[in-house]
Amino acid sequence: MGGPALSLAGQTNAGDTAWMLAATALVLMMTPALGLFYAGLVRGKNTLNTFMMSVGALGVVTVAWALIGYSLAFDKGNGFIGGLKYVALRGVTFEPRPGTAIPQLLFMSFEATFCILTAALVSGAVVERMRFGSFLVFTTLWSVFVYAVLAHWVWGGGWLQQHGTLDFAGGVPVEMGSGFSAFAAATVVRARKDFGRQALLPHNAVYALLGAGLLWFGWFGFNGGSGYSTGHPSVLAFTNTLLAPACTLVVWFVLDLLRGGRVTAIGAATAIIVGCVGITPAAGFVSPTWAMLLGAIAALPSYAFIQWRPRTRLDETLDVLAAHGFAGLTGILFIGFFAQLSWNGRANGLLYGHPGQLGWQALAAVAAPAYAFVGTYVILRLIELVMPLRVTEREEALGLDVAQHGEEAYATGEGAILVVPEATIEAELAVAQL
Amino acid sequence: MKLVIGIVRPEKANDVLEALYRADVRGYSISRIQGHGGELDRVETYRGTTVKMGLAEKVRFEIAVSDPFVQPTIDALCAGARTGEVGDGKIFVVPLERVIRIRTGDIDLGAVTPRGA
Repeated sequence: MGGPALSLAGQTNAGDTAWMLAATALVLMMTPALGLFYAGLVRGKNTLNTFMMSVGALGVVTVAWALIGYSLAFDKGNGFIGGLKYVALRGVTFEPRPGTAIPQLLFMSFEATFCILTAALVSGAVVERMRFGSFLVFTTLWSVFVYAVLAHWVWGGGWLQQHGTLDFAGGVPVEMGSGFSAFAAATVVRARKDFGRQALLPHNAVYALLGAGLLWFGWFGFNGGSGYSTGHPSVLAFTNTLLAPACTLVVWFVLDLLRGGRVTAIGAATAIIVGCVGITPAAGFVSPTWAMLLGAIAALPSYAFIQWRPRTRLDETLDVLAAHGFAGLTGILFIGFFAQLSWNGRANGLLYGHPGQLGWQALAAVAAPAYAFVGTYVILRLIELVMPLRVTEREEALGLDVAQHGEEAYATGEGAILVVPEATIEAELAVAQL
Repeated sequence: MKLVIGIVRPEKANDVLEALYRADVRGYSISRIQGHGGELDRVETYRGTTVKMGLAEKVRFEIAVSDPFVQPTIDALCAGARTGEVGDGKIFVVPLERVIRIRTGDIDLGAVTPRGA
């Protein structure tokens, strides 16, 4: 848990509750914002399908979270996985969540929005080719068997938390969890048929910028809410969420200038995400000055990987591994060096005389990626035994909007013939559906 | 001299461009069009409204070539655009009366043959 133990007395606090209600709504907005960001980065014929993967997560992941995911993440259980006490929200009431002064019901909702967003993040690895139905099955299972387990490790009383690994707002379950799962998903689902043969360009950079902007806005609830209070950790995390991404943007501008002589818009949108990701684990643990340094250095591994990755055969399409996996890993390790007891009230890092902290941060930076990769790989291989993961080549060429949803993002209506409801052509339609 | 008009699937346009390049055909225009050529209609639904989309997105190539280049151009269009499914498109070959290169005033064969700058 990010914040200090505020209340064990069983009292909820009005101020904390008010802020957490707002923060939960802010984080929920990040999922459609991510849908917009991703939709802008794909080709026009896959706009809706890409957006719908995020919308799909809003549906199925929320249901899975309420039924089982929350319990597996936040019931005590054992060091690896939580128990079944809160299955179907049994016992999740207005009583405060232990260690916070907010109702557990609200705590459950706040954490649900994290799980939804993280599941939607993974979709970036498989856009423009994965069947929508298979994605829904995957993302449901993933939210239970990968996300909930990783969340338990650092927040639900799991082994990393017991040993003192610090993760303020989700470097382990959200950022490394999504990034390395995306790596596995791209490996199993394989590359798009046109990858490496044609230029596959973003179709609307404005969507990407607007999506990134809304994500940053939502991230104030994401990081600012992860102290579960209106106390100092939340204020520190909130401020660091402003400072760190700004530094990432500036460094990204410089890198763009050095490389191509021009500052790019898609690059800027990416930089905002990378900066927010980098500060996420460290938000409430490092001073504002160190947060700015973290924002700056988080740009480097992500930028390098984004330049290099398209030259490989790895079609991790929207660079979730680079933007989330590597930036999250950077943030998790950074805590081990720069955490400062005088700012966070919890622990010092190596620089302030506690080298052991770095060890536990490093262990998290190995264990979380390994579990995310293997878990995702196994889930997708199992689904593949039951249903195809990919659309056919012809559907891929036509575009997934029409093939998977029977809609277009930019329908003109030209040549559209109205089908009257009473027309008895249902069977014919089924055949005509390509 | 002929004007070769090729109507192809948008997703095959890149393959056609590559095939034309291999066939040493260097001058062409393309435009995005909509058309209908007997393929099955797609059905789309927006809330309560169901429609059959009678027009499909296509790309039209217009390529003016001298007579020896007509067959290679046709071959390139076919090689690049064919998938074997209904909707691959058509090629029309029409006679050309005159061709003028605006910059130099070259006419006919001189105008359809690429020149260095």
